[in-house]
Amino acid sequence: MKINNSAALSFKGGIHPSGDGKNLSSAKAIESAPIFERYFVLLGQNAGKAPEAVVAKGDAVKKYQLIAKASGFVSANLHAPTSGTVAGVTTIPGPMGVPAQAIEIVSDGLDEAVEPFSAIEWQKADNKVLLDRVAECGLVGMGGASFPTHVKLSPPPDKAIDTLIFNGAECEPYLTADHRLMIEYTDPVLEGAAIVGKILGVSNIFIGVEINKADAISELQKLADKYGIKIVPLKVRYPQGSEKQLINSITGREVRSGGLPMDAGCVVQNVGTAKAVYDAVVKGLPLVERVVTVTGEVVAEPGNWLVRIGTPVIKVIELAKGVTANPGKLILGGPMMGFAQKSFDVPVSKNTSGILLLSKEVAVNYGSGSCIRCGRCVSACPMHLVPCLLGCAIEGERYDLAAANHVMDCLECGACAYICPAHRPLIQHMRRAKAEIRRRNAK
Amino acid sequence: MQDIFVSIILPAAVFMGVLGVILGAVIGVFAKYFKVESDPRVDLVTELLPGANCGGCGKAGCSDFAKSVVSGENSPGKCPVSSPEQVSSIAQALGIDAGESFARRAVVCCGGDMEQMVRTPNYNGVLDCASAVLVSGGPKGCSYGCIGMGSCARKCPFGAIEIINNLAVVHRELCVGCGTCAAVCPRGVIKMVPADADVHVYCNNPEKGPDKRKVCKVSCLGCRKCERYSADMFGTNGFLASVKYDADKLPTASDVEAIGCPTGALLTVERHLQIETNDPEYSEDENK
Repeated sequence: MKINNSAALSFKGGIHPSGDGKNLSSAKAIESAPIFERYFVLLGQNAGKAPEAVVAKGDAVKKYQLIAKASGFVSANLHAPTSGTVAGVTTIPGPMGVPAQAIEIVSDGLDEAVEPFSAIEWQKADNKVLLDRVAECGLVGMGGASFPTHVKLSPPPDKAIDTLIFNGAECEPYLTADHRLMIEYTDPVLEGAAIVGKILGVSNIFIGVEINKADAISELQKLADKYGIKIVPLKVRYPQGSEKQLINSITGREVRSGGLPMDAGCVVQNVGTAKAVYDAVVKGLPLVERVVTVTGEVVAEPGNWLVRIGTPVIKVIELAKGVTANPGKLILGGPMMGFAQKSFDVPVSKNTSGILLLSKEVAVNYGSGSCIRCGRCVSACPMHLVPCLLGCAIEGERYDLAAANHVMDCLECGACAYICPAHRPLIQHMRRAKAEIRRRNAK
Repeated sequence: MQDIFVSIILPAAVFMGVLGVILGAVIGVFAKYFKVESDPRVDLVTELLPGANCGGCGKAGCSDFAKSVVSGENSPGKCPVSSPEQVSSIAQALGIDAGESFARRAVVCCGGDMEQMVRTPNYNGVLDCASAVLVSGGPKGCSYGCIGMGSCARKCPFGAIEIINNLAVVHRELCVGCGTCAAVCPRGVIKMVPADADVHVYCNNPEKGPDKRKVCKVSCLGCRKCERYSADMFGTNGFLASVKYDADKLPTASDVEAIGCPTGALLTVERHLQIETNDPEYSEDENK
């Protein structure tokens, strides 16, 4: 299928990263990872409150068994990725650069599972039952933010939701996890999307896919009519998969400054979450594994793996036959919004869409210069901010000025820093200002 | 020539002169009848304060603090920068009680310079502690210690903090205890301690001993050797020893020698400076 780029839908702003690196792994089918010796399931891997461990050192656990219970409404359950013994709650290098608490499980190699939940006939089931199942299975947004799914699917009654959008744009360079998922798990993704539509009572369901994934679009379109879902081809433009941009591209609506998608009558979910909803409702399986792209120029055999949550990153890299040269940078997620890591021992969490190893040449440290006021960042910013002004204000520690110019609306997509000819570290400035303003507001 | 003088320059000069006299009279009248009464004591106190505008007292600057002293909201002793003599001179001038003075000094509770700490993969972001802490915590392996990018040193109004080998070191003889650095530090490594405290635990990592040892050679192992020596002077918080600064007796150099900390995390200020400046003869008095 051939779709004209200019005819596809898009938003205003954004960039087109050259050499997006997707061809390294986009043709590689998803392979299941073997059972490893040790798993480290991070406790604080969802947005909101971290769940509390319900197992102790020495306990025997089986796959899918509950090991940590949600400690509030905005929190998510955790389940054992395989059978074995709990070695305790240990402190390990976390994905945000600070030590984090994780439940360590030593595998017994048998991979015995507990009885899954009963399957639900979702077409006839009560919404409450479906929502409880989603919460029970510990589902979180699998695109990156890890926001507990059951919270997102319970909008306050005064917000009328009329549109449900699934993000299959996968606009981050290098990543192909969602792409392969849509091709190989087409039916689960679509059925999961329909279940979410049923929970929200919305019949207007879209799946937005960038047109560089033409094979995924045609696969989805073959089955989409069965579930009454519309597949929307989108322009190849970064950050097409950001929820506010996706809403704008597909519905033409704008989410107001500081608002949430529900203010525009929309709920946005990742296609990976749709598959997880399908597994939870139709198969009764808690979320214990996800598709992860292992890629980068220095990776010997880039590809996509179905990896258990809690697998140390180094093990997943070994699956890809290791590296061919000394890597310059390890990133969890994509190169634009992912987080640089300082340890190979960090585990895969529910939101780890990719493990990216950049070569020393690509991860080079550019010296940054002064702002030359060319305004390229202004046209690139998808949130219509003025990054050059914000960058200067933050460098001078004028956080009040930055806040007045809506730095809190910045989604840290990195388009401004990517396009900046002076290589200014704009995103680091924005992140610093956001952290500082949040700290001041909390006082 | 004569014509120009008579027709242009002379009238202009007369006009300007008359205008000046009228406006001067107006200003004089306004100055007399609309005068804002100001308290001369505020100016006096402002004069007596150090004038660094450091904000250590919690006020916007020295004149703001002077106002609060005159109004009775603060006592002169609340200025952390003034010496006891300066404080008593202010109190004398106002005829009030000097109040309790709390001379403090900043101490960076970390001894992990680049030779002592494990290095982590290249951090190539903004050279600012607040930014580094958001990415992966800068170039050092420890997640609790000094990042060493000098955000505190740039903020210090008195130039008392020096960055030596990626570690912030406070020169106590220059420090006045305003607390600006402690407020800036994103890791909270800088602590404000009593000015006469001479011994500190140069470690801020609360993890278990072996975990700390992996990332830093001079970390406190939590062996409690110091606490066993004197439970009055030292305590242990989890796996991190601490000096009890509010105790009656503060530890001295001879106590440090008697304890013999196995990793050298417990040091006197002078010894710490000697190690970091790599100058065994370093002495605070000489530097003054």
